[in-house]
Amino acid sequence: MTAAQGKRPAKIRIKHLIKRFQSLIAVDDVSIDIEEGTFFAIVGPSGCGKTTMLRILGGLETVTSGEVEIAQPKPGRPQYSMIFQGDSIFPWMTVWDNAAYGLRMRKAPADEIKASVSMWLDRTGLTRFAKLYPHQLSGGMRQRVSIARAFANDPEVLLMDEPFSALDEQNRTILQQELLRIWEVDKKTVLFITHSVDEAVTLADKIMVMTASPGRTKMIIDVGLERPRNVLELRNDPRYGRIVYGIWEHLKDEVERARV
Amino acid sequence: MTGQDRAIATSAERPAASNAAEVVDVGETLRLSARRRERLMSIGSPLGLLLAWELAARFGFIDVRFFPAPSTIIGVLIELTRSGELIEHVAISLQRIAFGFLLGGIPAVIIGISMGISRPMRALIDPLISATFPIPKSALLPFILLIFGLGEMSKVVMVAIGVFFPIAINATAGVLQINPIYLDVGKSFKASKWDTFRTIALPGALPFIMTGVKLSAGIALILIAVTEMVGAKSGIGYMIWSAWEIFAVPKMYVGLFTIALIGFAVTFLLREVERWVIRWKPDV
Repeated sequence: MTAAQGKRPAKIRIKHLIKRFQSLIAVDDVSIDIEEGTFFAIVGPSGCGKTTMLRILGGLETVTSGEVEIAQPKPGRPQYSMIFQGDSIFPWMTVWDNAAYGLRMRKAPADEIKASVSMWLDRTGLTRFAKLYPHQLSGGMRQRVSIARAFANDPEVLLMDEPFSALDEQNRTILQQELLRIWEVDKKTVLFITHSVDEAVTLADKIMVMTASPGRTKMIIDVGLERPRNVLELRNDPRYGRIVYGIWEHLKDEVERARV
Repeated sequence: MTGQDRAIATSAERPAASNAAEVVDVGETLRLSARRRERLMSIGSPLGLLLAWELAARFGFIDVRFFPAPSTIIGVLIELTRSGELIEHVAISLQRIAFGFLLGGIPAVIIGISMGISRPMRALIDPLISATFPIPKSALLPFILLIFGLGEMSKVVMVAIGVFFPIAINATAGVLQINPIYLDVGKSFKASKWDTFRTIALPGALPFIMTGVKLSAGIALILIAVTEMVGAKSGIGYMIWSAWEIFAVPKMYVGLFTIALIGFAVTFLLREVERWVIRWKPDV
């Protein structure tokens, strides 16, 4: 199955992507089109090459063959920003300086930096902590800084690599809700990697399920749950359960395969 | 026992609250007084040694030609301070150390970090450092005097060579221990080479660089003393050496005492600098 061609232009295009590490095939002939404004999630068992795909899009790995393409941004704006798994904010910078990092690296004008950073610190509830260093914050707060850093950079697309996997369940739920809330504001195109089916269904419009190594497209589904969503209410929605169950049915063989 | 007595005395001076409060109070005071006792002991031991020395010198147990009484040394110290001679020597030595630190430390940070960031740089420079590092720096003195003459430059260069190695080696180690994810973040935000150096490699390596700087301070003091003894007409090393030549033993001791004091002051200063520079670390 491939994503249905919509009216909106594709922001991320992956064509016959293959990535090999020596003899190991990490990603095997994956093609996806992600339309503008889509929250797209990729789920798969660990080691299925989903993070590798994101790192290729983020310019941190090269392709073995195939093509990846992110739409050209408007002049002066970046193509993408990444949110990483685990602690990735600089411990030697204050919350403010961390959030301003992307803007500073692309030499944005000072007043734009100030306006954008203060807006995103406000939206992520970090304004009070602007002058603190990361070690003075909790894990959840630190990941908020990472989110603020990516959004403040105002990119064309957002690439998120299991951003909440290192958090405890309560924090994860809270941050999922906050991510949905701030994403609703301007609905940027998002590619979100996760190993959690619940998380993918909670957040995404479309989900691609990947097979275990080598990573191939198993299926792509439309979630079809309306927005704005409430993370807690969703769990009480029978449709949510059906979708999660449906994905698990396909995923369980892959998880079994990944274990051997 | 005395601690307890004092504790009871202090709590009695205050308006008595409740019994429970009093008990807590006594316990706390006891612990404090134990700490105070330790502090007194660590101040007391050098004072005790000085006192024993003074008495031994006064009563002729030791030869005052070699071990003049502390009171004599302090007298000379005051005299040398008043005449301005001591200050002059200290000032010139400190100046040489400061310039040497700049001349050796700045290239050390740049080269050390470049070696940490770039594999080719490491392959290129690491063998050179490994080959030259084991040479005792004091053995280079004749060579340095030959090249740079008897002027200020030779002293500054000696210090620079001494501080270069610990700072460069620590800077490289400091970059190598930076979590690679930070470099990925830099790359994903399109940080330029210079920005990567400025915003990631340098601050990330700073805790290690500061260790190198602290090590270097000790080396710099050794080298400045040795260098000034041989090829100088000023400085604290020269003062010690010239005092020996004319058998002005108390003056020699003043020199030794002063150099120890400089070492102490520099260590203290660097610790404060470190605390400020890496204030983002949880445990400094």
